[in-house]
Amino acid sequence: MTEPDPAEQLVHARGLTKRFGDFTAVDGIDVDVRRGEAFGFLGPNGAGKSSTMRMIACVSPVTDGTLRVLGRDPATDGAWIRGRLGVVPQEDSLDLELTVRENLLVYGRYFGLPKPLIRERAEELLDFVQLTDKRDAKVDALSGGMKRRLTIARSLINEPEVLLLDEPTTGLDPQARHVLWDRLFRLKQQGVTLILTTHYMDEAEQLCDRLVVMDKAHIVAEGSPAELIGQWSAREVVEVRFAPGDHEAMAGKVEDLGSRVEVLPDRLLLYTEDGDAAAAAVHERGLHPVGLLVRRSTLEDVFLRLTGRTLVD
Amino acid sequence: MLAAPHALRSYEYWLFQYKRTYKGSLVSTILFPVLFLASMGLGLGTLVDQSASGGVDGRSYLTFLAPGLLAATAMQTAVGESTYPVMGAIKWVKTYHAMLATPLGVLDVLVGHVLFIATRILISAGIFLAVMTLFGASESPLALFALVGALLTGLAFALPTIAFAAVTENDAGFAFLFRFVVTPLFLFGGVFYPVEQLPVVLEQVAYVTPLWHGVDLSRDLALGTATAAGTAGHVLYLSVWIVAGFAVAARNYRRRLAV
Repeated sequence: MTEPDPAEQLVHARGLTKRFGDFTAVDGIDVDVRRGEAFGFLGPNGAGKSSTMRMIACVSPVTDGTLRVLGRDPATDGAWIRGRLGVVPQEDSLDLELTVRENLLVYGRYFGLPKPLIRERAEELLDFVQLTDKRDAKVDALSGGMKRRLTIARSLINEPEVLLLDEPTTGLDPQARHVLWDRLFRLKQQGVTLILTTHYMDEAEQLCDRLVVMDKAHIVAEGSPAELIGQWSAREVVEVRFAPGDHEAMAGKVEDLGSRVEVLPDRLLLYTEDGDAAAAAVHERGLHPVGLLVRRSTLEDVFLRLTGRTLVD
Repeated sequence: MLAAPHALRSYEYWLFQYKRTYKGSLVSTILFPVLFLASMGLGLGTLVDQSASGGVDGRSYLTFLAPGLLAATAMQTAVGESTYPVMGAIKWVKTYHAMLATPLGVLDVLVGHVLFIATRILISAGIFLAVMTLFGASESPLALFALVGALLTGLAFALPTIAFAAVTENDAGFAFLFRFVVTPLFLFGGVFYPVEQLPVVLEQVAYVTPLWHGVDLSRDLALGTATAAGTAGHVLYLSVWIVAGFAVAARNYRRRLAV
């Protein structure tokens, strides 16, 4: 194995493993994140995304395998690495009794930054996350979306090289999510490396240059959103509805029209390179579906194929 | 070793937070000594001083009581600051988690918080001492030394309590702690009367508790009756609780926060 170039490879993991007693949360994964990219960890709940993030954040000790962040070992240089990371945790850890601005001030001091510098950056960051008019409000009074934006502002106080975001938009309304995505996109344009976990496929498609899909502590697929769709789905999906109960029987009559057919309780999914042609063929065979829809294949199709449709709690 | 300045960053947070919120606790910090010194020291004290014994060990009851209450105040402040705020920093507000995402490590987080709790103990003990002086209950400037006794007493309770708060899953344990540890110690730990007045069994129990050592130390320091051997014994005993409490707290913090 060649030594990674720390200037370009910000996260380098080989056989990275996290165990809690008998439970293996992360089982020997290999990950490389390059400078300037937006990298995503996708997966259902309990897949091991957050455990991986906590190891990269140098908070959770590595059980086994190799991990280098910014070219250094978290076991020996944790404080040094953390000083160069920004962390947006899954659950807010803001001080509710302090004001918006005070939250930035106290956080900046954890990094040992001088107060005048923190005050200056706080104003810029409040402007960046559109909270300037809330600067003297108690955090308690903020909406969920505002709290998330403040958490992002806080994570940027040390001008981090890498920003770690654990499910950054979970629980937000659509407007708040779009504002947040817009801010993250700007950060990426400024050259900040983003590493995020999510189970929202649209979020991953919007933000990530490259991503891995995790399931049951393993990485099951890796690539850009387009590569993953090419590899694990087809270009288009035809959703065909028949009368309830007919789907199983109808599947056999259309399965040659695509690379794969999936039977759901209320419809068939036909994965194909040419959706219109397949749709026309369904009609030509005189099958008379109740409904038919041709759509582009998405990351969600990939995700469900790889991690299954069974509910994970 | 970089741990020292990092711990001060955590300490700085708690001080900042206290400056923004201290008003809520200040009234009770002043009211507690006023109420107790007035009712027990003056009210009950008149009765004690007029009795055949003529006070306690040849002193007025108020003078006897005040340094003991000082130590008990330190205990109460310490336990209060080491229960809900610690659990909050782990589970509710997640202050510790925010700190641990920065260069601060688990020990920095712990030491910084302990420094702040020590500060809180000194603040309430200092206010207590001021009220005590206004009541004429401190005989000499020696009473200032009792602050050291109060600080050690407070820390001897704070560190084991922090260790407990870091691993307990809900705050029901805290109510238990106040009802079955803090209150009985307050009543039977030698604050209101010499423990020699207790039945022999309870008297022996009292000698084992850190509060009695804190009360006796503070009283001896305040009244100028301290002996070298007695003081050393008390300090050593309280230090054992502090050091052992710190060791367990450090282990519990690691188990809870660095997993």
